[in-house]
Amino acid sequence: MIRLENVCKSYFLGEEEVKAVDNVSLTIAEKEFIGILGSSGSGKSTLMHLIGLLEQPTSGKIFLQGKDISKLTDSELSKIRNKTVGFVFQSFNLINRFTVIENVLLPTKYIKESLSFDPLNRADDLLKRFGIYERRNFFPNKISGGQQQRVAIARALMMQPKLILADEPTGNLDSKTGDEIIAILSSLNKEFGVTVIIVTHEHDISAKTKRQIYIKDGKVVEKYL
Amino acid sequence: MKLQNGYIHLITTALEDFKRNKVRSLLTSLGIMIGVLSVVLLIALGLGLKNFIEGQFESMGANLILILPGSGFTGEGGGSFGGAGTVGGTSFDERDVTSLKRVSELDYVVPVFMKGTSVEGGGEKKYGYIMGINEDGFKLMNLEAAYGKLFSKSDIQASSKVGVLGNSIAEDLFDLPSNAVGKTVRFEDQRFKVVGVAKKKGDQEADNAIFIPYKTTYGSLNPGKTFWAIYLGVKSDDMVSLAKTRAEETLLKRYKADDFAVTEQSELLNTINQIFSIINSVLIAIGSISLLVGGIGIMNIMYASVTERTKEVGIRRAVGATQNDILKQFLTESLLLSLFGGVLGLAIAIGIVLIVRIFFPASINILAVLISLVVSSAIGIFFGVFPARRAAKLPPIEAIRYE
Repeated sequence: MIRLENVCKSYFLGEEEVKAVDNVSLTIAEKEFIGILGSSGSGKSTLMHLIGLLEQPTSGKIFLQGKDISKLTDSELSKIRNKTVGFVFQSFNLINRFTVIENVLLPTKYIKESLSFDPLNRADDLLKRFGIYERRNFFPNKISGGQQQRVAIARALMMQPKLILADEPTGNLDSKTGDEIIAILSSLNKEFGVTVIIVTHEHDISAKTKRQIYIKDGKVVEKYL
Repeated sequence: MKLQNGYIHLITTALEDFKRNKVRSLLTSLGIMIGVLSVVLLIALGLGLKNFIEGQFESMGANLILILPGSGFTGEGGGSFGGAGTVGGTSFDERDVTSLKRVSELDYVVPVFMKGTSVEGGGEKKYGYIMGINEDGFKLMNLEAAYGKLFSKSDIQASSKVGVLGNSIAEDLFDLPSNAVGKTVRFEDQRFKVVGVAKKKGDQEADNAIFIPYKTTYGSLNPGKTFWAIYLGVKSDDMVSLAKTRAEETLLKRYKADDFAVTEQSELLNTINQIFSIINSVLIAIGSISLLVGGIGIMNIMYASVTERTKEVGIRRAVGATQNDILKQFLTESLLLSLFGGVLGLAIAIGIVLIVRIFFPASINILAVLISLVVSSAIGIFFGVFPARRAAKLPPIEAIRYE
């Protein structure tokens, strides 16, 4: 499903060039459940952003479903983010002035053709599934962190994506709530065959995935520490 | 349906943001509101004034030529009778009238003696204009009798002490214009019998004039037997310039070119129109400055809004918004802000014009409405584009990390 070929991503901190991702090549098949493990500053989040088309590589190639994404325009990239990829972030990244249901419906506002499903029904189904239906008209700052993350997952699933990218999804949650979130992500992979990639610095969490990729100083390494 | 959904989302998002920042949005719109208000009002008043003056001219008849002393109408302060705005030159007499009557293109030749003085009658005293004219003067000025009759040729031959009152002065002196007929008015130590009252013309000078036979002025009123001006009525439109040339030739036999001026009414009208359009453009330019300032206000707020919502932009980008979607979102907001101000300004302007109309013939035309809506939309888009572009160009990841 995803193939990275010698992908590099570097930033400039003043004069100094920082290689956040350094010559990474890897392949992720459909329906995989993967943990990308690395310490803070290892480049794992940048790697996730590259896979999620939020950033373009400095060099190297990224293929998504066989397509070289470096040649795509902004609107083509946005369309893939909209339809194929769902993001779950550490800090939830919900829009605070929108209600729960409005946040979940947000991706449907950016589709340029017609939907194959009724957006409101689907959003309600997702909220029911994650046990937050009765919070649908609440604003995000009035519900708990665990609930917010469920809303974020519902939003990520809204467009029936093939790939879920979760960046430290449990980072702002207590361990019990965190476990529940991981369980949800795992069930998405099991029940619906969605490819799920969890980026984390916690061994416990990556241990729950089926395959682990270790990142250190921007490079993929065989063994972590 | 899909497309509609997108636009509804744009508009509801924008409106929600206004709701959240009520005071800020209102203050921002205020700039545009004041701009549109001033521009629309200035256009309305300018247009009203222009229509008013044009109306006065037209009421005098279209084929009018004025012979005035000196360089004639200077374009300053002149009313429809040109009471002011004449410079130097000669005064005319009956010989000129007789020779002008020989010009075949002319229907009417009207000597005009004019003097402002106070008039007594019906126990009241009022300032008015004594106008010594002949019987054709009424036709030339489209004056008809509302009550009584106009004086006739024989009144002129007999130098009768009769007068026709303008409608306003008749009302001021005798309460009802109809009461004036048969009464006596006094001015300059002479008594005149009122034989008629003219219909109201809406023209200050004509409505406050006392028309008397020009020959009656000879004596203490007009010892030199001279006229301040001669008005000519041309037989038809297409003869106006020919008649003007003939009249000039006639007078040149007796006077130097600098001593008199022959002016078509349309020239006067053009001069006045020119002056008005200059005044109007200056006023509109001043009004536009406030529109510009309003636009800058919108730009400022939109920049603030973009910064404030950087994270939101990042989130929207992550769920599939294109740069174009983000651009449209912020443009919609600045457009609505500006349009809201524009519509508000327009509504207030219409309200003010409706009140002002009671005293002054101001008018709002559909063009002013259209222009104000188009201009305020254009301002919203123009000043919104830069902040909106900044938002659209934000790198998604940096935006989403922004706190």
